[in-house]
Amino acid sequence: MNPIIIENLYKTYGKVTAVNGVNLEVRPSEIFGLIGPDGAGKTTIIRIIVSLLNPDRGQVLFKGTPIAGNMSFVRTQVGYMPQRFSLYQDLTVEENLDFFGDLFNVPKNIQVNRKNNLYEFSRLGPFKSRRAGALSGGMKQKLALSCMLMHEPDVIVLDEPTFGVDPVSRSEFWEILKSLAKKGASILVTTAYMDEAALCDRVAFIFNGRILGMDSPDKLVSQIRDSIYLVNSDAPHLLFDRVSKSGKFKGCELFGDGVHLTDSDEAGIETIKDILNTMAVSYHKIKKIDPGLEDVFLKLMNENSL
Amino acid sequence: MNLILLSIIKKEFHHILRDPQTLTIIIFMPVMMLFLFGYAITLEMKQIETAIIDEAKSNESRAFIEQLMATDFFRITSADVKSNQIETIFKERKARCALIIPYDFSSALQRNKKVKIQLLVDASDPNAANFINNYVNQLNLKFNLKNNADVFIPFSFEPVMLYNPDLKSYYFFVPGLIAVILLLISALLTSIAIVREKERGTMEQILVSPVSPIQIIIGKTLPYTALGFLDSIIILLFGCLWFGVPLNGPVLLLGFSLILYIITGLSFGLLVSTISKTQQVAMLAALLATILPTIMLSGFIFPVASMPLIFQYLSLIVPATHFLEIIRGIMLKGIGLKELYIQLGYLFILTAFLIALSIKKFSRNLEG
Repeated sequence: MNPIIIENLYKTYGKVTAVNGVNLEVRPSEIFGLIGPDGAGKTTIIRIIVSLLNPDRGQVLFKGTPIAGNMSFVRTQVGYMPQRFSLYQDLTVEENLDFFGDLFNVPKNIQVNRKNNLYEFSRLGPFKSRRAGALSGGMKQKLALSCMLMHEPDVIVLDEPTFGVDPVSRSEFWEILKSLAKKGASILVTTAYMDEAALCDRVAFIFNGRILGMDSPDKLVSQIRDSIYLVNSDAPHLLFDRVSKSGKFKGCELFGDGVHLTDSDEAGIETIKDILNTMAVSYHKIKKIDPGLEDVFLKLMNENSL
Repeated sequence: MNLILLSIIKKEFHHILRDPQTLTIIIFMPVMMLFLFGYAITLEMKQIETAIIDEAKSNESRAFIEQLMATDFFRITSADVKSNQIETIFKERKARCALIIPYDFSSALQRNKKVKIQLLVDASDPNAANFINNYVNQLNLKFNLKNNADVFIPFSFEPVMLYNPDLKSYYFFVPGLIAVILLLISALLTSIAIVREKERGTMEQILVSPVSPIQIIIGKTLPYTALGFLDSIIILLFGCLWFGVPLNGPVLLLGFSLILYIITGLSFGLLVSTISKTQQVAMLAALLATILPTIMLSGFIFPVASMPLIFQYLSLIVPATHFLEIIRGIMLKGIGLKELYIQLGYLFILTAFLIALSIKKFSRNLEG
């Protein structure tokens, strides 16, 4: 049975619809990524799953049990890591771990073992008497994860766990998530980083409270059959502006590394160069690239807004 | 169940002990307030600024003035004032009362004729004016008795002051201050206890756990009760040793009442905390809602019995009303449980009500 099943979920705040008919399932021992920009509705969905918010419509089944009316069941079973760092900054690493062990009624003798294991895999052991507030961003997130693992939940829900964390710590953090999934934990994680989406077993793209697409990263990427070209320029904004207004390409998106053009007619690189030249835009390089998840997301977003 | 409660208590103690600023405030603020209030609020009057208009300028009038100056009550700030300057002196607040000794003072005394000394009092502070008037009347009586011992007085009152024979206002105010300060401190302590966790996001984390509202509320109350009790002992020691207020009644009952009263304050703070959104709002609400009713409605200064009926009923839900009767009763009158069980009962009911309400109002999710 799938540990988390979300059926037809709706949630509004006043006039704003935060979640607009979401259906998704997290399968056993997979890492499921909920990917979307800020304000897409990720946090609302997560909070509904852990019973901190009530949905307007629809339901969530947690290990087969509806959340509504079974708050204690969910809260005892789930491992939840909120978006903001939510540990006690004036407690030490060890005191935080002890606190969460006690909070979940883990017997003291078991706590000792778990703490040692957690120190080992989070590499927080040498810092155990340091106050949580004095840890670096990456270590804080690892501590938050460790605290949440004190009661060894097999369903884990993390809301943007790597937000604002340096790249090295991020990849370390994902290594830990992978090993947890390998041991059998089912993990639902939200992120706004596309490179992290690629690390999930399956992802769902969410925008404006709606799921745009859901599949494994590979299958999502294979949705894009058209060739994608990367154009580098000194003035990418100008280039993007002119090209997208011209309507000559099916897709034209501004990325961090340049402008991605979708060549749906298979016109070829020379034709594209010609088109660009007629628009009098300057660029220094153009090359064909493999599409990424971000291309898929933007494509889905454009299709949906039409 | 016990492990969870214990973990919250332990955590709260860590918070308290690791915050030296708050700890300092908790220990020094009550002492400071006791001294400030203790010396500032006093109904005893001394050193009243007095102007003297001596129109007689005789040996007798000078002797009379000398006598006045010998008391601690009057302090002569202006002597030899012309009668047309009196008003200016009052307006410039150089004197609160003026004595006008008439030109025929000596001759009248010698001829055994009645002589009138005029007393002008600045009654813009009616309490002080009354006080001065009474004092001068007493002086008058004494002076006349001494000089005319053979005058027959049909009857007189013989007052005996019980429980506070010297009528020291400390005796009245120090127990009252304990009531005000303790309630204020304990309400402040917990008023931010839950909002702070909401603001810092830690509440979101611990809500998703087996913890129940009762455990959070109790777990947060107990450590602060210990702290509040420490505070009350400090204040009590200062009250008894420094201000010399007696402690005539059962100490154990006083201790018990203190703890009960502290929990009342703490649970009020918690209630504020559960319904406030920010720490500032919570602190302000706790401050206003404790200080005002405690000072105005509890009998701290103004006797409850002389309030309008509606305020008398209102004073019943002010915890300090009951606690004042308990603490003044125990410390000054030396009474015990037999005389105070009704007040203790009131306090108990108020506390139970506040705690139940905060548990009920405690939001288990992030809605609203």
